[in-house]
Amino acid sequence: MNLLLFIAIPLLTALAVLLCRNQEQVKWTALVGSLAQLVLSVVLLLLYNQERSTGNSMQMLFEESYVLFSNPPINFHFGVDGLSVAMILLTSFVLVAGILVSWNIEKMTKEFYFLLILLALGAYGFFISLDLFILFFFLEISVIPKYLLIGIWGSGRKEYSANKLALMLMGGSALILVGILLLYFNAGHSFDITELAQVTLGSRLQQIIFPLLFLGFGVFTALFPLHTWVPDGHSSAPTAGSMFLAGISMKLGGYGCLRVATYLLPEGAKQYADIIIVLSAIAILYGAFATMMQKDLKYINAYSSVSHVGFSLLGIGMLTQTAITGAMMQMVSHGVMTALFFAVIGMIYDRTHTRQVNEMGGLMKGMPFAMTVFFLVGLCSLGLPGLSGFVAEMTVFMGSWQNADTFHRVATIAACMSIVVTAVYILRAIGKVAMGPVVNEDHIAAGDVRWNEKMAAIILLAGILAIGIAPQWLNKLLSPTAEIIMNRLNGH
Amino acid sequence: MPNALTIALIPLLPLAGFVLLGLFGKKYTGKYSGIIGTAFLLAATLIAVYTAYEYFSHSQGGRYSPIIAAKYTWLQFAPGVSIDMGIYLDPISMMMIVVVTLISLMVHIYSLGYMKGEERFSTYYAYLGLFTFSMLGLVLSSNIFQIYMFWELVGVSSFLLIGFYYDKPSAVAASKKAFIVTRFADLGFLIGILVLSYASGTLDFNTMIATLTSPESSQLKTAAASSFLGMSVITWGGLLVFMGGAGKSAMFPLHIWLPDAMEGPTPVSALIHAATMVVAGVYLVARLFPIFAITTPILLELIGWVGAVSAVIAAIIACTQTDIKRVLAYSTMSQIGFMMFALGVSGYGGEAGLGYTASMFHLFTHAMFKALLFLGAGAVIHYVHSNEMKDMGGLRKAMPVTHITFLIACLAIAGVPMLSGFFSKEEILLAAYHHNPAIYWIALLTSGLTAFYMFRLYFNIFWNKPYHAHGEHHGEAPATMKFPLILLALGAALAGYIPFGKYVSSNGEPLASHFELSFSILPVSLGLAGIAIAWIMYRKQSGLPEKVSSGLGGLYKAAYHKFYIDEIYLFITKKVLFNLVGRPAAWFDRNVVDGIVNFTGNTTQFVSEKIKKLQSGKVQQYAMYFLLAAVIIAAVFIYAWK
Repeated sequence: MNLLLFIAIPLLTALAVLLCRNQEQVKWTALVGSLAQLVLSVVLLLLYNQERSTGNSMQMLFEESYVLFSNPPINFHFGVDGLSVAMILLTSFVLVAGILVSWNIEKMTKEFYFLLILLALGAYGFFISLDLFILFFFLEISVIPKYLLIGIWGSGRKEYSANKLALMLMGGSALILVGILLLYFNAGHSFDITELAQVTLGSRLQQIIFPLLFLGFGVFTALFPLHTWVPDGHSSAPTAGSMFLAGISMKLGGYGCLRVATYLLPEGAKQYADIIIVLSAIAILYGAFATMMQKDLKYINAYSSVSHVGFSLLGIGMLTQTAITGAMMQMVSHGVMTALFFAVIGMIYDRTHTRQVNEMGGLMKGMPFAMTVFFLVGLCSLGLPGLSGFVAEMTVFMGSWQNADTFHRVATIAACMSIVVTAVYILRAIGKVAMGPVVNEDHIAAGDVRWNEKMAAIILLAGILAIGIAPQWLNKLLSPTAEIIMNRLNGH
Repeated sequence: MPNALTIALIPLLPLAGFVLLGLFGKKYTGKYSGIIGTAFLLAATLIAVYTAYEYFSHSQGGRYSPIIAAKYTWLQFAPGVSIDMGIYLDPISMMMIVVVTLISLMVHIYSLGYMKGEERFSTYYAYLGLFTFSMLGLVLSSNIFQIYMFWELVGVSSFLLIGFYYDKPSAVAASKKAFIVTRFADLGFLIGILVLSYASGTLDFNTMIATLTSPESSQLKTAAASSFLGMSVITWGGLLVFMGGAGKSAMFPLHIWLPDAMEGPTPVSALIHAATMVVAGVYLVARLFPIFAITTPILLELIGWVGAVSAVIAAIIACTQTDIKRVLAYSTMSQIGFMMFALGVSGYGGEAGLGYTASMFHLFTHAMFKALLFLGAGAVIHYVHSNEMKDMGGLRKAMPVTHITFLIACLAIAGVPMLSGFFSKEEILLAAYHHNPAIYWIALLTSGLTAFYMFRLYFNIFWNKPYHAHGEHHGEAPATMKFPLILLALGAALAGYIPFGKYVSSNGEPLASHFELSFSILPVSLGLAGIAIAWIMYRKQSGLPEKVSSGLGGLYKAAYHKFYIDEIYLFITKKVLFNLVGRPAAWFDRNVVDGIVNFTGNTTQFVSEKIKKLQSGKVQQYAMYFLLAAVIIAAVFIYAWK
C-alpha cells in the first residue's frame, strides 16, 4: 500500500472543500473525503495484518522514500508499524465523527472544514513519517489550525485560550526542534529514525537530549505540570476542535515520547524514568481530584483527560513491555473515548445552551440517546470491563506491577487509586445531568440528537466496543512495537 | 455433559435478551418485552439445570473435580499471564448457576405483574438480562481477572437497577453510593489480583491455587518469605482480594450501601441484593478457599471475625428499623455474615471442612427464603403502597397466599426445625462450635435476634392493628406474582433435605451430613424464644414496644441510627476528601500551576512592552546603545584580564 495516499487524499479533500460553492457541498465533500480516509485506514490495518501473517518481520512496512534535500539529508521517508497503524485508525475515526458533529456550523463553514481536514492531514503525516524533520513539519501543521479553530469558532475566553495553547505548544515544539538538531549533529548527520536507531549515543549526551524531546512532546500530551493549556483550550474550542485536540493532538505527544524520545534515546529514558513515573502518578491522581471539583462539563473532561493521559506516560516510565503496550492502548482508547465525550458535551450544549452541571438535570427524559452515550462513555472513563478504558488501564497496571521494588509499587497503587476517584466524578456528573428531577423544562423540549450526531456517536462507540470486547487484535498490533522499544532499552 | 457451546448459552442467552431489548425494546417489543426476556431466561434456566444435573451425576467415585469446559485467550499480558474467558465447572459453580437462573427466572415472572404499566418496562427487562448475564459469567469464571471483569459488570447492573427510578433523587444517591463503596472495595480486589498474579505468575484459578498451596513450589517460598509491614505477600494479596469480597457482600464496615440499595424496584432487591450478587463475596472466598485455608490461616480467622461481627451488628440494627425492605436488607447482611464466618471457621478437607459445606448450603437455602421474603414484601408494598410498618397490619385476611408463603420463609430463616434454614444454620453453628467457640456464642445470640426481628416484621405486617383500606382497592396480586411465591415457598421448605455434603465440600470428597439432636436444642429454643417475644410485643397493638425501646435508651437510639456508621463515612468523604484534597487540588491547579504559566506570559509581555522602545528606528539611539555596550564590554574585558 502506498502511504502517500494518506497525504494525498486529505489534501485533495481539503482542496475540494475550498472549491465548493455552498455549505451543502462543503459538508458533503468533507464527509465523503473523510469516509474515504476511514476506509483507507481500515484497509491499511487489514493489509498490515495480512503482511505480518505472511511472516514479514521488517520493523516498518510499506516503506517509501523520496529525497527532498540531499544536503542536509531530508527525505520523505514513510513507513508504518503497529503503533502508527493504530494511530492512523484513531485519526480517521475522530475525523469522521468531528465532521459529523459540526454539521450545523453556520459561521465560515468552508474554512472550518478546511482546517479540520488540514489538522487530520498533519496527524496522518506525523504518524507515517520516519524522518524527524518531516515529522516535525507535520507536527507544526497540526498546531496552527488549532489556534484558528479556537480563535474564530470558539467560545468564552477564546483569545486567551488560543494564545495560551499556541504559545505552550510552540514552546514544546521549540524544545523538540533543539532536541532534533542535537540528535542530528551528534548522531552522524541524519534525520532518519531507522538510521538513528542504529547509533548509540553516549549516555551524557542522551541525558541532555532526552529531557528536551520528552518535555517538548510532553507539552502536547499534557505532561504534569505542563498541562494547563488543556482545560482552557478545551473549554473554549468548538466541539470538533475539542475532539481533535484531546483525541488526536494529545496523542501526537504520546507518540513522539515513545517513537522519538524513548526509542532513540534509551539510556536517557532509563535515567529519567523515575521522574516520569512521579510526574505521571501525580497527574493521574491530581487530575482526578481536580476533576471532582469541576462544574463545567468541558472542564470535567479536560481534567479527566490529564488524569487518563497520565496512564500513557506512566506506562512509558515503567519500562516493561506490557506497560508500554498498555501506554499505547491507552493512547488509542483515550483518543476515541475523549472524542466521544466531547461530542456528547457538544450535543448537550446545543440543546441546553449551558455546560454547567448544576443547571441541568433529568436530561434522560428529553434526550435518551445522548444520555445513553454519555453514560457509556462515562463508564468507559471509569474503566468498566467491555469498554476500551478497562483494557488499556489494566494492561498498564499489570505491566507496572512487574517492577518489584517499593517505588514502582507505590506509584502503581497510587495510579490504581484513581479508579475510585474517577468513579466519583463520573457518577456525580451522570447523576446530576442525566438523572434526578428535571431542572429546566426547555432542555427536555429541545429533543434528542439528529442523524449526524447519532452517526458520529455510533462510529466512536464502535471503536470503544471493538477494543473493549475483543482487545486481543489491538494487543497483537501494538506489542511488537513495544518489544522493539524494549529491545533498544535492554541494549539488544 | 453438554458441550461447551451449550453451556456458554447459559450466560449468553440473557445477554442476547439485554441487547435485543436494549436496542429495540422501546420501539418494537413494547409490552411484550417482559415475555421475551422471560423466555430467554427460561431457556437459560433449563440448560443450567440440565448442566448441573449432568455434572452431579458424573462423579469419580463420589468425588467431583473441576472441569474447564472452554477457554479462550481474551488478552495476553505476558507469556503465561493472560485474561482468559473460560467456563469453569465445579460443584459450587454448578450450584450457583442453578440458584442464579432459578431466582432470576422467578423475578422475571414476578415482575411481569409487579412492573406492569411501567413506562420503562423494556429497559427494566434489559437490565435484568444484563445482570443475569454478568452474574452467570462471574460464577463460571476460570480466571481471577475474568471474575473481576464480571464483578464490575455486576456492579454496574446493580447501579442501573438501584437507580431505575432515576428521577427520584434518593434513588440516584443510593445508586451512586452503592457503586462507589463497592468500587472502593474493588480497588483492594484489583491490587490483590496484581499481588497474587505476581506471586504465582498466572491469573488462572487452578494454576494459581496449585502454585500457592503446594509446599514445594518455589514461587510460594519466595512469596511467603518476603513481607511488608510484618505480613507475607500472599497474606496481603489475600487480604486485598477479601476486601473486594467484603464490599460486594456488604460486610462490616463496607456494608453501608446495601440498605440504601433498597431504592430499587423490590423484585430487583430480591434478585440482586438478597439472593445472588451480594453472595458474590462469599463465592469469591470459597473459590480461593484452598489458598486461604492452607497458606494464610490467619486471614481465614479474620474472615471469620468479619462475618461474625457483621452478622450480629446487622441483626441488632434490623430489630429497630421500620421500613420493611430495610429490615430485610439488614437481615441479608446478617445472613451473609453467617456464610462468611462459616468459611472462616472451616478447614480444608475432611471433617474440618464442614464450615465450607455449611456456608454453601446456607447460601443455597438463604437464596430461596430471602428471595421469597423480598417478593412477599413486594406484594405487600404493591398492595398498601408504602414501605413503612406503620401503614401495614392485619393483612393476613386480605393477602392469604402472601401471608402463608411469608410465614414459611420467616420460619425457615428463624431456624425452626424441618424447614431449610434449620439444616444449614445448624451445620454452621456446629462448625463454629468445634473450631471457634467465641464465634459460636455470637452466632447463637444472632440467631435468637434473627427469629425476633423476622417475627416482629411478620406480626407487624399480617397481625397487629386491623388494616384499613385507603381509596380504591385491587385484589391481592396477579397470578404472575403468586406463582413465584408458591414455588419459592416450596424451595424454602424443602431445600434443606438435599444431602448437600455429598455434592459440595472443600476438597471435592463427599462429606456426610451432620445432625445432632442434642446440639440443636439450644439454638432452636433460642429461636422459639425470639418468636415468642415478638408474639408478645407485636401480635396486638400495645404500648409495649415503645416502653422497651425507651428502656433501652442509648442502645436503641444508636441501633436505630445504624450506629452512626453512615455519618462517619460522610464525614470522611465530604469533609476530608472533598475539602482537604479535591478543593485544594483544583485551586492549586488554577492558581499555582497555571499561575506560573500566566506569570511567564505576563512577564514576557511586560518586558517586551518595556524594551520595544529600544527598537525605535532612530539611528542616533542605536549608536548610543552600541557605544554604551562597547564601553561595558571593554570594561568587563579589562577587569577580567587582570
